[in-house]
Amino acid sequence: MNIQTASQINGFLAAFVLLTAFGMLAQKRIYSLIHLFTWQGLFLSINTAIVGYVANKHHLYISSILTLSLKVFLLPYILHALIVRLNIRKEVETVVNIPATMLIGIALVIFSYHLTAPVTELSTLITRSTIAVALATVMIGLLMMITRRHAVTQIIGFLAMENGLFFAATSATYGMPLVVELGVALDVLIAAFIFGIFFFHIHTTFDSLDVEQMARLKEEDYTE
Amino acid sequence: MIVAPVDIAAASVMLLLITGLAAVLFRKSPGFLTTVSFYSCALASLMAVTSGIWTVAGNVTGKMVLLSGLPDLPFHLRLDPLSGFFLTVVGLLCFFVSIYSAGYVKAMTGRKPVVKLVVFYCLFIAGMLMVVLADDALFFLISWEAMAAASYFLVMFEDEQIENRRAAFLYLVVAHVGAIAILLSFGVMAGLSAGFDDFSGFTFDAMRQAQFPAKWATIAFLLAFFGFAAKAGVVPLHVWLPEAHPVAPSNVSALMSGVMLKTAIYGIVRVTFDLIGVFPWWWGGLVLALGLISAVMGVLYALMQHDLKRLLAYHSVENIGIILIGIGLSMIFTSFNLPVMAALALIAGLYHTLNHAMFKGLLFMGAGAVLHSTHERNMEEMGGLIHKMPWTAALFLVGCVSISALPPFNGFVSEWLTFQAFLLSPSLPNQVMKLIMPMGAALLALTGALAAACFVKAFGVTFLGHWRGRHQPNVHEVDWHMRTGMILSALTCLCLGIFPTVFIEWTDVLSESLVGAKLSTSATSGGWMWLTPIAPERASYSGFIVFLGVLIVYAVVYAVLHVNPGKIRRGAIWDCGFEKLTSRMQYNATSFSMPIRRIFGFLFHIREETRVSPQAAHSAFPARLIYNLRIKDRFWNWIYKPVADATFRVSRQVGRLQQGRIQAYLIYSFLTIIILLLVKSL
Repeated sequence: MNIQTASQINGFLAAFVLLTAFGMLAQKRIYSLIHLFTWQGLFLSINTAIVGYVANKHHLYISSILTLSLKVFLLPYILHALIVRLNIRKEVETVVNIPATMLIGIALVIFSYHLTAPVTELSTLITRSTIAVALATVMIGLLMMITRRHAVTQIIGFLAMENGLFFAATSATYGMPLVVELGVALDVLIAAFIFGIFFFHIHTTFDSLDVEQMARLKEEDYTE
Repeated sequence: MIVAPVDIAAASVMLLLITGLAAVLFRKSPGFLTTVSFYSCALASLMAVTSGIWTVAGNVTGKMVLLSGLPDLPFHLRLDPLSGFFLTVVGLLCFFVSIYSAGYVKAMTGRKPVVKLVVFYCLFIAGMLMVVLADDALFFLISWEAMAAASYFLVMFEDEQIENRRAAFLYLVVAHVGAIAILLSFGVMAGLSAGFDDFSGFTFDAMRQAQFPAKWATIAFLLAFFGFAAKAGVVPLHVWLPEAHPVAPSNVSALMSGVMLKTAIYGIVRVTFDLIGVFPWWWGGLVLALGLISAVMGVLYALMQHDLKRLLAYHSVENIGIILIGIGLSMIFTSFNLPVMAALALIAGLYHTLNHAMFKGLLFMGAGAVLHSTHERNMEEMGGLIHKMPWTAALFLVGCVSISALPPFNGFVSEWLTFQAFLLSPSLPNQVMKLIMPMGAALLALTGALAAACFVKAFGVTFLGHWRGRHQPNVHEVDWHMRTGMILSALTCLCLGIFPTVFIEWTDVLSESLVGAKLSTSATSGGWMWLTPIAPERASYSGFIVFLGVLIVYAVVYAVLHVNPGKIRRGAIWDCGFEKLTSRMQYNATSFSMPIRRIFGFLFHIREETRVSPQAAHSAFPARLIYNLRIKDRFWNWIYKPVADATFRVSRQVGRLQQGRIQAYLIYSFLTIIILLLVKSL
């Protein structure tokens, strides 16, 4: 595989990552959200492997396998199990309506391209053109956390953000050192477990996973 | 020399810390616990005194570096004569109070678990000793905070009552505001002495060697002075004192008022004379002015109190003022390059520091003894205690005479030296100062007179006359531990009063190292018996001869009265034929201070109310009169209430940020990131 092809495949996969990110922003059903998240993880994993092959960085293979096992198999499985256990089937409610969210998302992508323009000019890596996409994915993940009310979708938003960060690391510097990546992977896994536990508690306390309910936890203003 | 004073001092701190830790193990047997741990504290204090006296007398400076600090930031300890002097002050009173506490706390064991008191007592003393030993900003602040936190828990000891919790909270707030100012001041000095690249500027040695630009030096000084003034209780930062001192256990009040406030004086002297070194005259003017205000306001507020411990707390404000007058004068003289006069004023201030520690400790111990046996803090309910508690009464009287600056006790000597320093001010080259100084001297004189009036009231109402309260409690004299603690400090008061030349020769090294001149050549030129601050022909005083005179007069009067026993007759009080005299009709604290309240009324927030009780048949023949008097500190409404209200308002506004919705919080982060990125990309 020559560098030209690799760069094109890389761009192609980046486009898919961004597409799934937008898909998640638009998707209303939880099951489909998880599926989209799984796809995003898959693209990410393939991309990492290809970058590792072209740049001759073997530790990226390990990253790739980690991503595959965590984000394509383990985390979707945990989320599925959670949804079955908690019996959540209804559609996801959003705070802002979906077209508006999509528009904000597009603005964020343009903003990311503007931001990363100087970096792209300086960089010599084959992946340089995808840094903007990676940054956009991070921001869209955060946007998703802001616009959704359901705790499970917020977690998916958080994980999508993490995907974006991982993608950014691969694009900007051919990945972080292996130790860091292992640490991050472990963090994500543990975060998922903690979220799982919290879901049960929130569910039993509020009888709902709507995070709006948690506004009740706010300290009331003390008035004399 | 194998053992240096600094080793003894460090060992003393270690002993205190170990005692504090070990106290927890013996909480099952409180009697044993109090005896052993307070003896251990007394021993540790005695060690501190030894090393302090040795350091000053031998003019030795010991250093020690402990590797127990943060990585690359070891703790520096240094015992120079200035530290040694304050080590002596702290150690001496802690020694007396520890002996006193062995009795005082033992009496409490039945009511309440005392292990908390013992632990924090040890930590408190250790904190004060460490403050004066510290030779870097980090260790200083750690010790400072340890001292503040320990004393907070001591004030909170009787936390069942809401007023105690409130007082402790107020104390904690003021202590921390002060600590932040001190931290900033050290930050400025450390940054200027070694740059902001590394931490090497945090040692006092680095600050000492640095030359500060005038503007930054002023900022550092103002911050430090504010911070230390908050701890010392300088007006208008004094409000925590009359709240916190009365509610703390009396042995703790004695330490807080007697020596904890002195660590702030130590800080001021250390920062101005030692670390900064060169300063303009108006710094001294500021210290002097605040000292004068504190002295006058402190004594006036004290006069209005009828809670014995509250009264003493306000007197601490007054005495801190007097000490600051000495320090401020010394700063003025130093900046005009008049070293001998600066030495006189400095020694006057330091002398008063030691004296105040002794007599205020004694007075608080006496108040504690009264409180212990009557369970009453309100003077209006007391009276006639001299018959039930003769020892306490006599010792309290010694404290009263000392604090009122009457010869032959110690308070007179230091205030007289301060006056001498004032009287030298015509030789200042500054016209403004020449004009202001006589007023300052007059205010100091007024303070002295009012203090005497206040202690006539305190002693008279508490110990003389008859019991004013409705229920007479079973009053008894206190035990030997408490008496010993008081006797020792009373003796120290007397010795400091009649042998001032010894003290001045001992502290020569201090004035020599700080202001570059010594006092003993002129002060002791008339021999050990005569104290002559400038020259014998100008002013001289002999405490010893006055003491002998007092003894002779006393002996003669005693002889005249007791040689012929028939001369003393005891009879009923003459009631002017009224025949229904009750002990409630005695002169009391409120009536005694009434003339002064009339004169200086504008300084207080007074609410006075007289009502005739409604049961009376005719208003001309009232059955009962109800009199209500409330006196509040004006500074509350002037300074503290606006600040507190503003704080609450701002917090309520800021509190709106707390939406309770995760999305809102996420939006905050999101917007922050976007804005930061925008700013960076532009």
